[in-house]
Amino acid sequence: MFISEHLIELLIRLCGISAIVFVFGIFFFVFREGSDFLFHKLNIVEFFTSPEWYPTSVSHKRYGALALIAGTFSVTALAMLIAVPFGLGAAIFISEFCGPKLKETLKIVIELLAAIPSVVWGFIGLTLMNELIIELFDAPIGLTVLNGGAILALMSVPVIVSIGEDALKAVPDSYREAAEALGATRWQMTYKVLLPAAKNGLLAAVLLGVARSIGETMAVLMATGHSVRIPHSLLEPVRTLTATIAAELGEAPVHSDHYQVLFLIGVLLFTITFVVNLTADLIVKGVGRQ
Amino acid sequence: MEATNQEALHDSEKLFVETPFVRRKMRTEWVARSVFLLMALLMICPLIFIVCYLFYKALPVLSLDFLLANPARGMREGGIWAPLIGTIYLVIISLLVSAPIGVFAAVYLNEYARDNWLTRFINLAVVNLAGIPSIVHALFGLGAFVLFAKMGRSVIAASLTLAVMTLPVIIAATKESLSAVPMAFREACWNVGATRWQTIRHIVLPNSVGGILTGIILQVSRAAGETAPIMFTGAVFYKAIAAGDILPYGLFDQCMALSMHLFTISTQVPDVPEALPYGIAVVLLGTVLVVNAVSIVLRTALRSRKKW
Repeated sequence: MFISEHLIELLIRLCGISAIVFVFGIFFFVFREGSDFLFHKLNIVEFFTSPEWYPTSVSHKRYGALALIAGTFSVTALAMLIAVPFGLGAAIFISEFCGPKLKETLKIVIELLAAIPSVVWGFIGLTLMNELIIELFDAPIGLTVLNGGAILALMSVPVIVSIGEDALKAVPDSYREAAEALGATRWQMTYKVLLPAAKNGLLAAVLLGVARSIGETMAVLMATGHSVRIPHSLLEPVRTLTATIAAELGEAPVHSDHYQVLFLIGVLLFTITFVVNLTADLIVKGVGRQ
Repeated sequence: MEATNQEALHDSEKLFVETPFVRRKMRTEWVARSVFLLMALLMICPLIFIVCYLFYKALPVLSLDFLLANPARGMREGGIWAPLIGTIYLVIISLLVSAPIGVFAAVYLNEYARDNWLTRFINLAVVNLAGIPSIVHALFGLGAFVLFAKMGRSVIAASLTLAVMTLPVIIAATKESLSAVPMAFREACWNVGATRWQTIRHIVLPNSVGGILTGIILQVSRAAGETAPIMFTGAVFYKAIAAGDILPYGLFDQCMALSMHLFTISTQVPDVPEALPYGIAVVLLGTVLVVNAVSIVLRTALRSRKKW
């Protein structure tokens, strides 16, 4: 009996460290596929500063990812511009301004909004948003930064709302009672007391929203059009880092230079989201210690 | 609002007279509340609008036949049986792998782990694993399962990739419901001489099984909707199977999947009748919404039945 107890404990301990194993495993395997190219052929300066992405050119292959980075940056920035005010506003409303019934309903809606698969969002971008943008802005094509940014905003709002609401909930009720005792209205309480007290948690919510938009693949692949260039307006198509991997990996021969560069983009994405998530986590932990 | 303010001003009997300062304060309050309400409502509108729009556009194709027939004529006609059954395969296999590992990992974190650097490290890894972009999971699945483990592009490689992706959320959900079991339950069990595992097996797990199940069910919808991780690890554009066949794919076959099918016919196949992709989107969205609704109902029922 005690042998089986030990076996089970061993199994539980093994599963316990599985998350660490997988995080390292992901980095290791993605890095491994691209490492040969990174150390021997890649021109890092060109990779980060040249907008010329011609991985399949016959005469002169060039791997400049600047335009892709600019693509990711532009849709993420636009998405955050829309999602941060709306997300935080909705979080404040849910946490401070509404009754328990409405609160439950809104939280369910957020959960459902978060559950819509990214390929369905992409399809909405491809059809509904595309037509809408062509109609509204008289643009030749609707698959643009604007389209991708709007879709990403809708996708990251649920993240910002739920984490932001958690952050506001974590502020002790004694703060609220003290503010109310001084005659503050809800808004004064929110503005003067809750926002300063919860600012770290709210910042973490925004960061997680950013990480979500940077990492999103299918929706931007379908909604932003396919054109590798640095955008100069909201109505130009772009291509992001994630979409490039999804679009080109299928055609790149295994272990070719092109294939390896796509894995290096994966390493870059892994690093960016890892740093952003780590920062968000540390910020939240900082709140807990206060 | 305005009217009540006026009344209050005229009513000199009132103890509390609204000064201009208070009136301004109340007006700002009203504006703030309306703005925040508007922001919250603007979140609901797209959800309702999108669901209705997709359903409306999909109406011409929605029928039982649509679910049970195979794609035909270069995927321009017919139904979605092959991708549907493929998605069911991927979801079931991936959860069969990730649910036990995830639950055990959560048991370790909640019941065994002390508060030391390793535990903090594991928690950090869980958070980061959840934040890794789905396309990076795809690269990992391709590098680790398809090439390194020599599984080839197959149902099993795609399922394992999905399993890694759903793992952190299952860990988080399970941990939450385990920590909701009161410490006194465990202490009572230890006091009658039960070992740690006996306590977990007979007291902790039975008392948290509802919450754990809810977390796992939620992952059904996540695994069913993901496209990027399966694109390069096992899902294919098209594969012919017999209509109505329930076991068409072996573990090492490639398969079709609903999410991939929606991507394919809306971007790669020309001249698709308009309603067809909408039909697939509705089936996908419907599955996800139903699964989520079930888990919400289950959670509410469990909460109201809780004895402590």
